[in-house]
Amino acid sequence: MHEYSIVQSLVDSVAAAVGSREASVHEVHVAIGEMSGVDCGLLTTAYDVFRAGTLCEHASLTIERIPARWHCPRCDATIARGAFLRCIECNEPAQLASGDEIVLQRIELEVA
Amino acid sequence: MCTDCGCGDVNLVPLELQTRILAHNDGTAAHNRAHFRERGIFTVNLMGSPGSGKTAVLEATARAFDGGAKLAAIAGDLATENDAMRLVRAGIRSRAIKTGQACHLDAEMVHHELHLLDLKGVEYLFIENVGNLVCPAVYDLGQDVNVVALSVTEGEDKPLKYPTMFAKADVVLLTKTDLLPHLNVDVQIIYHALARVMPNPVVIPLAARQPGGVDGWIAWLTQRRSAPEQLAS
Ligand SMILES: Nc1nc2c(ncn2[C@@H]2O[C@H](COP(=O)(O)OP(=O)(O)OP(=O)(O)O)[C@@H](O)[C@H]2O)c(=O)[nH]1
Ligand SMILES: [Mg+2]
Ligand SMILES: [Zn+2]
Ligand SMILES: [Zn+2]
Ligand SMILES: [Zn+2]
Repeated sequence: MHEYSIVQSLVDSVAAAVGSREASVHEVHVAIGEMSGVDCGLLTTAYDVFRAGTLCEHASLTIERIPARWHCPRCDATIARGAFLRCIECNEPAQLASGDEIVLQRIELEVA
Repeated sequence: MCTDCGCGDVNLVPLELQTRILAHNDGTAAHNRAHFRERGIFTVNLMGSPGSGKTAVLEATARAFDGGAKLAAIAGDLATENDAMRLVRAGIRSRAIKTGQACHLDAEMVHHELHLLDLKGVEYLFIENVGNLVCPAVYDLGQDVNVVALSVTEGEDKPLKYPTMFAKADVVLLTKTDLLPHLNVDVQIIYHALARVMPNPVVIPLAARQPGGVDGWIAWLTQRRSAPEQLAS
């Protein structure tokens, strides 16, 4: 389960963002795409186990799930879910417009 | 002022980031890629289920390339070095990565091994990833192409169950086709499933131990190495 290594990278990214600020992390917002290969449930579990003793110990995790959207790179038509990944009009192979995100969107810091 | 306990003013300050969580891995993968470019090595990230025939494909690839002198391999496995030993016996200079708990290889592990491999004269480097249809797809290693081995015995709907890995594949090797006469498998259903998860499905049927059984794969590989496409991505 690679969600543990994702959480490790997430905590490292948060630490880099906080830098030398005198602040504690209150909330962590991430975006996880449906096609990213990351399971949101496992990520939540891994986060809850792994955050102890890190600067995310008291920070809640909010996950925005991004659905997969395949589109035609020529005419931008959206490919229906479950259909062949090729535009019926242009015969172009589809491209993933969104849904592969593994992104740290923002954090909220508590400053006294 | 905190209304609950009167502990003083606590301000919540949002910090917009929008950074890729795996940015560090991406950076190391780019570093690996620069090493490979500099040496003119074409690098394959070979993925697939446990037992789908990844090592067998590489053994057959060594036979097709006159004993494998221009090939190198890094073989990831949870617990053993068996695959690297098989590949060495096949004539491919190889190193093993025992990942322990980790279900995938990452760019750091590959970087470590690539500096321990003698890459002189090597034209192709094969990274046999840990047998797993989910996790390896998440980590860029610095490869030129992603190759997924899918055996005919795995069930026709595997691509639909693991879309992420197949969506990232440049080619799918449909392995163990010598078994088809003994099975009740409709290859068309596999092709249709792949077309629903791969934008530009390229499928090469393969039988690792049959004479000529990997010819299509060798042709694709050599063509892809010399094609300018490899400079993209
Ligand atoms: N009939 C037949 N059997 C094959 C073929 N390729 C591999 N096998 C068998 O399938 C089993 C697994 O093959 P491997 O090459 O070890 O598969 P792998 O994907 O490297 O396995 P892991 O690295 O353990 O995930 C072995 O028993 C092989 O002999 C093939 O083309 N035809
Ligand atoms: Mg193997
Ligand atoms: Zn995993
Ligand atoms: Zn179109
Ligand atoms: Zn280096």
